[in-house]
Amino acid sequence: MTGHPEAAEIFNRNEAHVNWHDQALWFVREKRDKASSQIKGWEELRQLASEIKAHTLSNLNEYLIQFEKEATKNNVNVHWAEDAIEHNKIVYEILQAHNMKRIVKSKSMLTEECGLNHYLEEKGIEVIDTDLGERIVQLAKEPPSHIVMPAIHKKREEIDQLFHLHLNTELSGGDEVYLTREARKHLRQKFLDADAAITGVNFGIAETGGFVVCTNEGNADMGVHSTKLHIACMGLEKLVPKFEHLGIFLRLLARSATGQPITTYSSYFKSPQQGDGMHIVIVDNGRSAQLGRSDFRSSLHCIRCGACMNTCPVYRRSGGYSYGSTIPGPIGSILSPGFDLQKYSSLPFASTLCGSCADVCPVKIDIHKQLYNWRQIITEKTHVSFSKKIIMKATGLVFSHPKIFQLSSKFAKGFLRTIPRSLVNNLSGKWTKQRELPETPGYTFAEWYKKNRQQDVIGKKR
Amino acid sequence: MNVGLFIPCYVNQFYPQVAIATLELLEKLGVEVSYPANQTCCGQPMANSGFEKTSEQTYNLFIKNFHSYDFIVAPSGSCVYHVRNHLNTIEQTDEVKHVRNKTYELCEFLVKIIKKEDLKAEFPHRVGLHQSCHGLRGLHLGKSSELIGEDFSIPGKLLNNVKGIQLVQLDRPDECCGFGGTFAVAEEAVSIKMGNDRIQDHIAHNAEVITATDMSCLMHLKGIIRRRNLSVQVKHIAEILNSN
Repeated sequence: MTGHPEAAEIFNRNEAHVNWHDQALWFVREKRDKASSQIKGWEELRQLASEIKAHTLSNLNEYLIQFEKEATKNNVNVHWAEDAIEHNKIVYEILQAHNMKRIVKSKSMLTEECGLNHYLEEKGIEVIDTDLGERIVQLAKEPPSHIVMPAIHKKREEIDQLFHLHLNTELSGGDEVYLTREARKHLRQKFLDADAAITGVNFGIAETGGFVVCTNEGNADMGVHSTKLHIACMGLEKLVPKFEHLGIFLRLLARSATGQPITTYSSYFKSPQQGDGMHIVIVDNGRSAQLGRSDFRSSLHCIRCGACMNTCPVYRRSGGYSYGSTIPGPIGSILSPGFDLQKYSSLPFASTLCGSCADVCPVKIDIHKQLYNWRQIITEKTHVSFSKKIIMKATGLVFSHPKIFQLSSKFAKGFLRTIPRSLVNNLSGKWTKQRELPETPGYTFAEWYKKNRQQDVIGKKR
Repeated sequence: MNVGLFIPCYVNQFYPQVAIATLELLEKLGVEVSYPANQTCCGQPMANSGFEKTSEQTYNLFIKNFHSYDFIVAPSGSCVYHVRNHLNTIEQTDEVKHVRNKTYELCEFLVKIIKKEDLKAEFPHRVGLHQSCHGLRGLHLGKSSELIGEDFSIPGKLLNNVKGIQLVQLDRPDECCGFGGTFAVAEEAVSIKMGNDRIQDHIAHNAEVITATDMSCLMHLKGIIRRRNLSVQVKHIAEILNSN
């Protein structure tokens, strides 16, 4: 199995593409900076949102029960799924009960996480992703590479080819107006033909039992209004206690995600129309376990804005696929190890711990601290290479014994001399592949100090 | 006031001139400063690699070396950040708490404790300030570009008072350089790309010198600069603040 460094190295073989990817996402980060500085009290909003999420998670059992009770009153069927398999089964059974075969689905990272499309398609059900970016990656048979901009890794010219192949469009050289119109035509027919709509949920409101779905294309609304059945899939951390809290979260979400003041469509769904059906599937799939890990609990604050990806200097230069997880980037790197520690063990190390993610996060998740904490767990509980362990143990030994440290400092390459030569070469080989080692000045500061400041420095007391 | 000078292991080894500049700067300001001879490292290299437990002996040694000083000052935001935030795995005795609270990054110490902003330095060059992440976002030596609010920068303020200096504006004022400790070798490809992108930003704005509060960032950048035969120089901020 390859980890993040290997995938990132491959991504970096095409520097022009890396530059393009980096600049595309940095452009979004700059839009976010502008949008968030144009309203009053941005930092207060972040603080409030973080506290509301912390409060909700601390009382999640009560809010979930309240949500179910209110939603049921609104003629909504509420289902509980412990894991991805159960979630998929529930969705299938609802569709089967109504003999529905053609589904239009708006953006939902949860259904990606559960592998819903694949599951339903195997049972002979057509699932059309109606978000344009998701439709593009669906046609390319790829997963999203970003949670807000699923096809951000694709250039217009590639989409031109893709549409030509699958939607019989003319080759336009990547004319975005033409391609968008063709996509609209194609999707319009899918909406008209559909039996049921599946959506995600951005916010579930405990006090009303309603929920909010945010899109820029109106595709969630289009699906729901053109079909008789709406199934909304919601991770159990998506709740907020009160309707009024939306005023905080909706202001933060789109500004953080794309630099817009608000998503073009922020639709509140409460109860089905007369004769129609509405279902909510509430999914755990590892979230309770994460809730129980106190060091990582606040990762569940996430409102899936993707700002941490846009700001992450590593994500921008390694691409979403290098993470190999449904949710990539910094937030994915603290969520994924909770699902499978061994499989995702390289992700918490795919960071310089620069902290930009934590400062940009609208719900103040201390992502870089959680990355650090996962590292400690990973070295303890997963298979770590022998050489890495030896290096760390040796370094620890040198640093905790002044005499060995001073002795090793006398050599040109310092403490590296105390560990086996082959390991040094392995380390310094990677350092020197595209970089020089520092020049050695011929004396250490400790030596200089001894010579130039003749004073006893040991017994100084406060 | 009695200050213990903490010199990060790699600075002691590769950049003694940075340590000398730090020492001289403090001495010039009349600070009673000394260098405990038995110091080694703050333990960050192991801890950031996921071997926090292996660092504990190093933490204990750090406390032993520095607990008797009123303040501990280091020319590194990253090491100071580690001491303040991560020496929490050993027993929190009064000595440990004292060391964690009183360890300062050099610029922060000058501005907040000594309350000196003009160090009478002179450095007639075009300089780009690389805002090392642990100092910026960890110690809040300035406002990161992600946070919304009044701009400030402690290293920037000190540099602005240097005679003859021209600070250049960068396209990305606080993007990470890609060093990140073992990240530099574990994620070699991305690390190099990040480093090179930073260097190009400085070059594009005609910086002659890249400076930072952390020599580790500059060691990585300098490694790339030398390999690519670029002409831009690197200098630790202590060297600039001590030049006259």
